[in-house]
Amino acid sequence: MKIGVLAIQGSVKEHKAALAACGAEVLEVRVPDDLTRVAALVIPGGESTTIRKLMKLTGLDKALADRIRGGMPVYGTCAGAILLEDFMDIEVERNAYGRQMDSFEAEIKIFKGKSFNAIFIRAPKILKTSKGVEILAKYGKEVIMCRQGNILVSSFHPELTSDLRVHKYFLKMIDGQVPSEKC
Amino acid sequence: MAKKKNTPLLKKGLAQMLKGGVIMDVVDPEQAKIAEDAGAVAVMALERVPSDIRKDGGVARMSDPKMIKGIMKAVTIPVMAKVRIGHFVEAQILEALGVDYIDESEVLTPADEEAHVYKGDFKVPFVCGATSLGEALRRISEGAAMIRTKGEAGTGNVVEAVRHWKKITRELEALTKMKADGLKKAAKEMRVPLDLVKSVAKEGELPVVNFAAGGIATPADAAMMMQLGCDGVFVGSGIFKSSDPAKRGKAIVEAVMHYNDPAKIAAISEGLGEAMDSLEIKDLETKYADRGV
Repeated sequence: MKIGVLAIQGSVKEHKAALAACGAEVLEVRVPDDLTRVAALVIPGGESTTIRKLMKLTGLDKALADRIRGGMPVYGTCAGAILLEDFMDIEVERNAYGRQMDSFEAEIKIFKGKSFNAIFIRAPKILKTSKGVEILAKYGKEVIMCRQGNILVSSFHPELTSDLRVHKYFLKMIDGQVPSEKC
Repeated sequence: MAKKKNTPLLKKGLAQMLKGGVIMDVVDPEQAKIAEDAGAVAVMALERVPSDIRKDGGVARMSDPKMIKGIMKAVTIPVMAKVRIGHFVEAQILEALGVDYIDESEVLTPADEEAHVYKGDFKVPFVCGATSLGEALRRISEGAAMIRTKGEAGTGNVVEAVRHWKKITRELEALTKMKADGLKKAAKEMRVPLDLVKSVAKEGELPVVNFAAGGIATPADAAMMMQLGCDGVFVGSGIFKSSDPAKRGKAIVEAVMHYNDPAKIAAISEGLGEAMDSLEIKDLETKYADRGV
């Protein structure tokens, strides 16, 4: 089973390294054909406007939409979360924390109250989540990681740390070991 | 829950998000919009593109803050802006404006012949040019969070960017094979801390993202720099001094994404119109790459 990383631009190398460190077989996904070879996909951090435009040019946006609606597990970080907003009952605002000098790191609680160094870079905010969405982490009152069925998003970048817990969670999600509580 | 801001990880992190992308020089909000629509991952605000600086002569300085603010308003992608080498007050001004990245650039007229800006003191991250590993590591030890080749800006001639990048990679490779004595000597020669040299030798790569810059004018130039191992490209005069900036900008963006697919690059390169006016390196009055080593 191969896990794809959307390789249009952004933190592709970092996600590939994290998934490989978890023991996964990883494939870069650039064109629709690549998508047929993977069982799940990670959408990295980057510039969501650029990624969206380039996906359209090859028809990858449509191919991906079909796969997501067909139940393929997908995880989006930062820009990835923005791109996945359309498939979830959430509302995301781009660059909502501000510009680069407002980027921040913070110790957050994740997976049963354990701490995690979350890195937010010109990050989006997850403003609203509806009932079907399982909230997995918060920073203060703000939702920063959540899941709806086969879709996982975080506004922070676990791929920029050596902490593999979020990637491991995603891999377990693919295997069906962590069923969504809300579904 | 305490927030930490402006850490080295965050400064370097933004550059990591720009990888695989194209950063375009723009001189006004209209150009910035065109760049964003073409798929740029960031724009570089400056008062004149390098080829015009070459033509017009005179002292090239940081841009008018009003223009930079206009560009920051016009687009949602990160905005970078240039300061003269060593001009720490221009850097303070750009930080006050809240730009996302500062390029301490040899394209502008240097303000200090002895020293670069001490970038570690700033909240805003910096990118700097380099022609060799020593230069790259000196900039990193001053606090640069991203490196680019200097190339030779404003020429539309990629040869210097290729030269600088190959030199950096060759020197990196040599470093990985050195023993303790050699590393000590290399650190001394490059005038950088031994710890930095040791960690770079161990990793076999620079500790920050490195882009290609200086002379990139075509999709093929951009893809070539990517195939040589750069993380992304800056395009200066190459886009807005060509006959069809929107089309060429988009083509270069696509070429960087599909850099390993010659058939795609061929299709992308069709009918782009005229590239920018170009220059031979030997005919230049001033080589920008010699500034601030």
